[in-house]
Amino acid sequence: MTHSTTTAASRGGDTGTAVQVKGPKGPSRGPASGGKRAAWLLAAVVVLAILAGASLAIGARGIPLGTVWEALTSFDPANGDHAVVHARIPRTVLGLLAGGALGLAGAAMQGVARNPLADPGIMGVNAGAALAVVTGIYVFGVATFSGYIWFAFIGAAVAAVVVYLIASLGRDGATPVKLALAGAALSAGLYSLMNVILVSSQDTLDRFRFWQVGGVAGRDWSVVIPGIPFLAVGAVIVLLTGRILNSLALGDDIARGLGQRVGLTRAVTALGIVLLCGTATALAGPIAFVGLVVPHAVRFLTGPDYRWILPFSLVAAPVLLLAADIIGRVVLLPGEVPAGIMTALVGAPVFVWLIRRGKGAGL
Amino acid sequence: MTLAPVMEQRRGRLSLNRTAVLAAGVVILFAVYVLLGSYTVTIPDFFRILAAHLTGGEKIPGASFIVMENKLPRAVIGTMIGLAFGLAGALFQTMLRNPLASPDVIGISYGASAAAVIAIVIFGASGAVVSGAALAGALAVAGLIYAISAGGALRGTSRGSAAGNRLVLAGVGIAAALHAVVNFLMTRADIRTAADALVWLNGSLNSANWDRAGVLFFALVVLIPAVAVIAGPLRILELGDDAAAGLGVRVNASRLALVIIAVTLAAVATAAAGPVAFVAFLAGPIARRFTGKASLPASALVGALIVLAADYFAANLAPLLLDGTVLPVGVITGALGAPFLLWLLVTANRKDA
Repeated sequence: MTHSTTTAASRGGDTGTAVQVKGPKGPSRGPASGGKRAAWLLAAVVVLAILAGASLAIGARGIPLGTVWEALTSFDPANGDHAVVHARIPRTVLGLLAGGALGLAGAAMQGVARNPLADPGIMGVNAGAALAVVTGIYVFGVATFSGYIWFAFIGAAVAAVVVYLIASLGRDGATPVKLALAGAALSAGLYSLMNVILVSSQDTLDRFRFWQVGGVAGRDWSVVIPGIPFLAVGAVIVLLTGRILNSLALGDDIARGLGQRVGLTRAVTALGIVLLCGTATALAGPIAFVGLVVPHAVRFLTGPDYRWILPFSLVAAPVLLLAADIIGRVVLLPGEVPAGIMTALVGAPVFVWLIRRGKGAGL
Repeated sequence: MTLAPVMEQRRGRLSLNRTAVLAAGVVILFAVYVLLGSYTVTIPDFFRILAAHLTGGEKIPGASFIVMENKLPRAVIGTMIGLAFGLAGALFQTMLRNPLASPDVIGISYGASAAAVIAIVIFGASGAVVSGAALAGALAVAGLIYAISAGGALRGTSRGSAAGNRLVLAGVGIAAALHAVVNFLMTRADIRTAADALVWLNGSLNSANWDRAGVLFFALVVLIPAVAVIAGPLRILELGDDAAAGLGVRVNASRLALVIIAVTLAAVATAAAGPVAFVAFLAGPIARRFTGKASLPASALVGALIVLAADYFAANLAPLLLDGTVLPVGVITGALGAPFLLWLLVTANRKDA
């Protein structure tokens, strides 16, 4: 497995203000070899499994690991500890699903938009979901997480489709710059509409502010299960695009020269991204940071090869989300800090440390 | 540059004309803002009021107060924060070569927001204290971001443009963390405090007064000439760090100066009116598509246009539609600017990719 030292230099489209990012300068500073990367990936999976176990055991009421195992293998409804463990399963599963989806979508989005600032939200997904949820609260009086899901999902999907259509208008289709600008501009507009409602209705703000922080607590199976098919389809689509993203990273012209149908592949990838992050946002609320930062952190290990970035992001993102959720349960006892907040607070120092090590690969 | 002087000249003249159009637009909108609206003043009356205010002469009851204490300071502050946000956004977007890299995105506005929300929610502050906290927060976060990104560069592992890239990454990381802090405080606060904080977070001119206008004015008197000085090196930096160094630009010093100027612009504007959403982000791309090239003066003027138009709408038209709710100006800026940018994106595509 050789890694590419090709740089994804700036191709500014019509604005000329595109990102300029550089890959590693030579093999000596390059990322690990294929075998090493596989070992890292395996290690990450092991860490994730340990965290999933810890997520069942740790909380306001700590449960010994032996009891956790008992609760999973021979569940006794009369045993209080077993009930606690079972109550923690949906949030753990949601943490795994939402984390993986956001990480994967974020990595793919940065590849499609060729912009290190692109996160899944740049497709307008978060803004669309937020506006739809606010509308649901304000107009229809929705007040439960399971009630928010469909509003959020439809809002996310509609916003993403509109962003893509606007960016696709014109001869050259959805170029990265147009995609990023259209997404950011539409998000700006939607957030404004949302704030019109929030500023004029205090009741709506009161409910919305708890959805807005994002988190995995308080969701039961009725929230988690409807999302699984969407996530599965999205994950399959995006995981298959590694090679495509690698050639897109060289620029549209070179990708075309390599035989890619640029417009089509970008549209398919975008569909996968929207399925993943739209569903994750619908299930867990807008969880910032994960989709944006995990792919960058992963690049420090993998280099610019999307065939590695994608699976690493899939595993590393839930590691962050689960760890954040677990820490959030114990830092402010007897209360909890939602995972959506802890991801940023736990992740930012790690991310800063990675940046300061200064070996970041470009896109 | 000398290869196609005719084309260059023609394009230069076009963009100069367009910039003049924008400047005229700002003047007209400013006049409309002050004279028309839910309270109308005639032009002779306006000058009489102004003269009376300056010379201490006879005041027109009611009208003097409304113009001098409400409309005029609002319009003046609105124009100035528009200029400042527009410039700050365009500087960041040009320097980092990324249309998404406005001060909102890379953390500086969130530094101000987090500090202000902490002041409002935890210390129950209001008015000038919140402004001071916002200013301090923005500058502190900007310093932190710069320290993180510059510290790595000293180890010599990477060259210039990676430093810009690291600045962006450090910014988004910190922005995300601060955003989380703000959201968390919003869930912990009393709902009325949260509603107050939300108005501040959107950016509002409702508490505009002459003291604030004065502070902002002096800040801009220093900063705008500084932008004019740094604009030359900025254009060369756009060619890439290596090329710029080859052309005799001191890359690191210039970039530090740019960062300081852009951050201070964003910080003083945020302190005066809150982080008025999206002005910094939208002004640059709109100006670019309107004049056909990246232009700092045009971006500043577009910023002022957005804020004035949005606040005119927020103060005069929105209350009619929403039973008297005076919306914060930042709620309108995105609603006005975003469709315009989308329209420009769509129409620009049709002509030439």
